[in-house]
Amino acid sequence: MEAYERVLTARAKGRPSGLSFITNIFEDFVEFHGDRRFADDKAIVAGIARLCGMPVTVIAHEKGSDTQDKVERNFGSAHPEGYRKALRQMKLAEKFRRPVVCFIDTSGAFPGIGAEERGQAQAIAENLMEMMTLKTPILAVLIGEGGSGGALALAVADEVWMLQNTIYSVISPEGCASILWKDASRVKEAAESLRLTAEDLLEFGVIERIIKEPEDFSEIYVRLREQIYETVSKHRALPVETLLDNRYKRFRKLGVREA
Amino acid sequence: MLEKGLFKKPNNPLEIHEKAVDAQQPSIPEEMCVSCPSCKETLFANELEENLSVCHRCGHHFRVGARQRIGIMLDPDTFTEFYGHMSSTNILRFPEYEKKLQKAADASGEKEAVVCGTGRIGGFSVAVFVMDHLFMMGSMGTVVGEKITRIFEYATEHSLPVVGFTVSGGARMQEGILSLMQMAKTSAAVKRHSDAGNLYITVITDPTSGGVTASFAMEGDVIVSEPKAFIGFAGPVVIEQTMRQKLPEGFQRAELLLEKGFVDDIVKRKDLKAYLARLLDLHRRRA
Repeated sequence: MEAYERVLTARAKGRPSGLSFITNIFEDFVEFHGDRRFADDKAIVAGIARLCGMPVTVIAHEKGSDTQDKVERNFGSAHPEGYRKALRQMKLAEKFRRPVVCFIDTSGAFPGIGAEERGQAQAIAENLMEMMTLKTPILAVLIGEGGSGGALALAVADEVWMLQNTIYSVISPEGCASILWKDASRVKEAAESLRLTAEDLLEFGVIERIIKEPEDFSEIYVRLREQIYETVSKHRALPVETLLDNRYKRFRKLGVREA
Repeated sequence: MLEKGLFKKPNNPLEIHEKAVDAQQPSIPEEMCVSCPSCKETLFANELEENLSVCHRCGHHFRVGARQRIGIMLDPDTFTEFYGHMSSTNILRFPEYEKKLQKAADASGEKEAVVCGTGRIGGFSVAVFVMDHLFMMGSMGTVVGEKITRIFEYATEHSLPVVGFTVSGGARMQEGILSLMQMAKTSAAVKRHSDAGNLYITVITDPTSGGVTASFAMEGDVIVSEPKAFIGFAGPVVIEQTMRQKLPEGFQRAELLLEKGFVDDIVKRKDLKAYLARLLDLHRRRA
């Protein structure tokens, strides 16, 4: 499949959103709202649930179902409050020794007036720093669009997986084409050049695993439940120091060249 | 619009916007006169440089390259450069990237968009990184991320404070996802440095945006800015397109961030060195 087709598939209407993954993979989901500072950002859903009996913290971008829901959730583009809500739940996960599982699907962090005034950049930066030393396993799964810093702010994890037809990129192909070449029609070329497919990212070592996508998503849920359980159990068995050291090294090696 | 939700494009409106200015800046020393972009006063180039590249009439802070910044901020002859040999290659085989790198090297005289090393400020030993707008508007690719990570690791190992001068359009598109990963990588190194009890001071200079603001620029224990510096996540054009409204005057400028609580203070260039020395003194670590 060409890169741009992947982009379209990742964004396709009818593709299961964050909440579908949560409710189909986990049991007993209890949602918690709000960042305790300003508001509840519905672009990100967070709470606790059971995974094969094990209590876990789950966090997901949610783009919304119908039109009204999409608007309320700002199409999955979070404000700073969304990232702060996520971080608050991660801190609770650390306290209660629950693994954290994040599902990522966003075109990016919201570029708006309120978002800037309330510190969009600061909120993302804080998540990057805090997640790096969060003393509990973190697993991130890209289920749709991985839009730049807005995606990374939930993806500083011990392992990052991508569904086969998802993308993860520093910028959207549309943005890249219009900025670099001042030519929106070159979007396909931009998509190719950015190397944003799951196969590309596996090759770069940015992700650990590609989850194959059969027609029927219920198969994916079953497979993910097993794989997530197995992986977080493995990470939970590690001494915290080893876990954090591995997490540091995981990102430390990205982009290193000799000398 | 196509742009919706893409946070990276901000830089580029900036880059485009700044090109005209950048093209002139390297030539300041050669030319006799410079027009202040803020008050239009005609300034003599040599006098402007003597005045730390600040307009004597309106106080406009011109952007300064990394070497000039080091000359202004560090004690004379104390700077030792690290990792100066590192330069970028076209890892993704991204169209026209080599050409851009060459142009950036010619414009800035640097191998990459950040200069790192050690030196002294008011007698206090520090590790420093100084970004350079003349090199692809200070955008962060793998080499910039690696150099900044290394200087934090060095500072952690030697219990040194880090003083970082930021200027950046954000993560560099031409290195794709690996540029994005530098945000996490540098943040990891900042966190280790911080957890070891070391001081990190960020000095934000005009403009700092995108993935650099959303990582190490906003991670300082103390964050100060030069007057009127642009500080943002998304670029103004993107925000205007998204919101379908004009942005208010002074939006995303240092003064507004101070009011909103995101920077500790705004310090004029002429006062910066003494200010940094005072902070370093107050944070002196006892044995």
